[in-house]
Amino acid sequence: MDAKAAERELRALMVEGLDGDAAAYKALLSKLSGHLRAYFRGRLGRMGRSVVEAEDLVQETLIGLHTRRHTYDPSQPFTPWAYAIARYKLLDHLRRTKASIKDLPIEDAEELIAHDDLSEAESAFDLQNLLARISPKMRQAIQYVKLDGLSVSEAAARSGMSESAIKVSVHRGMKALGLLISKGRPT
Amino acid sequence: MKTGQFIDLLSADVEPVRRGTVGRTLALALVIGGAAALGLMLVTVGLRPDLFEGASSMLLAVKLLFTVSLAGIGSLFLVAASYPGRNARRRLAFTILPFLVIASLGLGATLLAAPMTRHDMVFGPEWLTCLICIPLFAIAPFAALVWALRKAAPTDLRRAGAGAGLVAAALGATAYAFHCPGDSLPFIAIWYGLPIVFWTFLGAILGPRLLRW
Repeated sequence: MDAKAAERELRALMVEGLDGDAAAYKALLSKLSGHLRAYFRGRLGRMGRSVVEAEDLVQETLIGLHTRRHTYDPSQPFTPWAYAIARYKLLDHLRRTKASIKDLPIEDAEELIAHDDLSEAESAFDLQNLLARISPKMRQAIQYVKLDGLSVSEAAARSGMSESAIKVSVHRGMKALGLLISKGRPT
Repeated sequence: MKTGQFIDLLSADVEPVRRGTVGRTLALALVIGGAAALGLMLVTVGLRPDLFEGASSMLLAVKLLFTVSLAGIGSLFLVAASYPGRNARRRLAFTILPFLVIASLGLGATLLAAPMTRHDMVFGPEWLTCLICIPLFAIAPFAALVWALRKAAPTDLRRAGAGAGLVAAALGATAYAFHCPGDSLPFIAIWYGLPIVFWTFLGAILGPRLLRW
C-alpha cells in the first residue's frame, strides 16, 4: 500500500477511535503496531539492539499514543503525529540506555508507514506484574472492563462500585500503567 | 506481554475524546500564572503610586508592549509545541524580535543622551529589585505552564521548557512593570531582558526533567 492510502486509512480509523469507536481504534492500533515494529526493528537493528527492545518500544509508543490521543488534531495529517511520538519514544529510550543517535530526521514521517512487520515478539513487560503495582480498585476495574470484557454497568454491578467510579478507576489505572511502563522498565 | 493482548487492553471500551482541551488547558495556565504573578506583586512590592502620570505611563506602555508581546509569541510557540508533529521551532525564533526592538531602542536612547546621564539611565532606581522580583514572580506561571504542558505531548522537551521559562518570565515582568520605578529605555532593555533570558535557559535545563512522558 502506498503512503497516501495508508495515511488516509489510519487517519479515518483515528477519527472514529476519537469518537469512541472501539473496533476502529483497535484496528488502528493493530495496524500501527506493525508499522512501529518495522520502524523500531530497523532502527535498533542497525545499532545491534535486540528484538525485545523493539517490542518494548512498540508498546511504550502505543500507550503514549493512547494517553495523548487528545493531542491529535483531526484537521492535520495523522502520520506526522504518530511519527513524532514514535521518534520521541525512540530517542527517550536511547537516551535512557546511554546510546545516542544523531541521524533520526524530523522530516521522515513517511518512513514510519513505509514498512510493516507483523511477526510479534513478547515484550519484557509482564501484565500481571504491572497490575500488581497499581491500587486494588484500579486493578479490579481494569480486570473487569479491559481484560474480562465486561461492560461498565456489568463491572459496576459485580464490584459494587458506581458506573462513574468504574470509569474513573479504569481511566486512572490506565494512566498509572502507562507511567509504570514508561518509567519503571524491567531492564 | 504480547502486543496483541496489550492492544486489547488499550482499545476495550474507549471513551469519546473531547476536542480542544490542549488550547484550553494552556489558556487556563496563562490566566492562573499571570494572576498569581500580579497578586504576588501587589502583596510584596505593590503598585507604583504615579503609575499613570506623565512620562511614566508612556514607559509603562513600552514595558507592557515588550513583555506582553513576548508572552504572546511564546504562547503561540507553546501551543505548537504541545502537539506532536507540528513544526514549532520557527515560532520560538520569532521571540527574538521583541528583544531586538527593545535592545535597539535602549541603545539608541543611550547614545543620544548626554554622556553624563548615561550611568543613571542604565542603573535607574531599584534595578536590583527588578533583577530579583522578575525571576521570583515567574515561578508560579512556570509551574502552571509545566502543569499544562504535562497534560499535552511535547516531543522536544528542551525547547518546550525554554518556551515555558520565557513565557513565565514575560508574565513575571508584566506584573513587575506595574511597580517598576525605572523610567528609561536602556533600563527596560537590560533589567527586564536579563531575567527573561535567564528563565529561558533555566526552562531549557528543567524541561527534559519536568516534561518527560
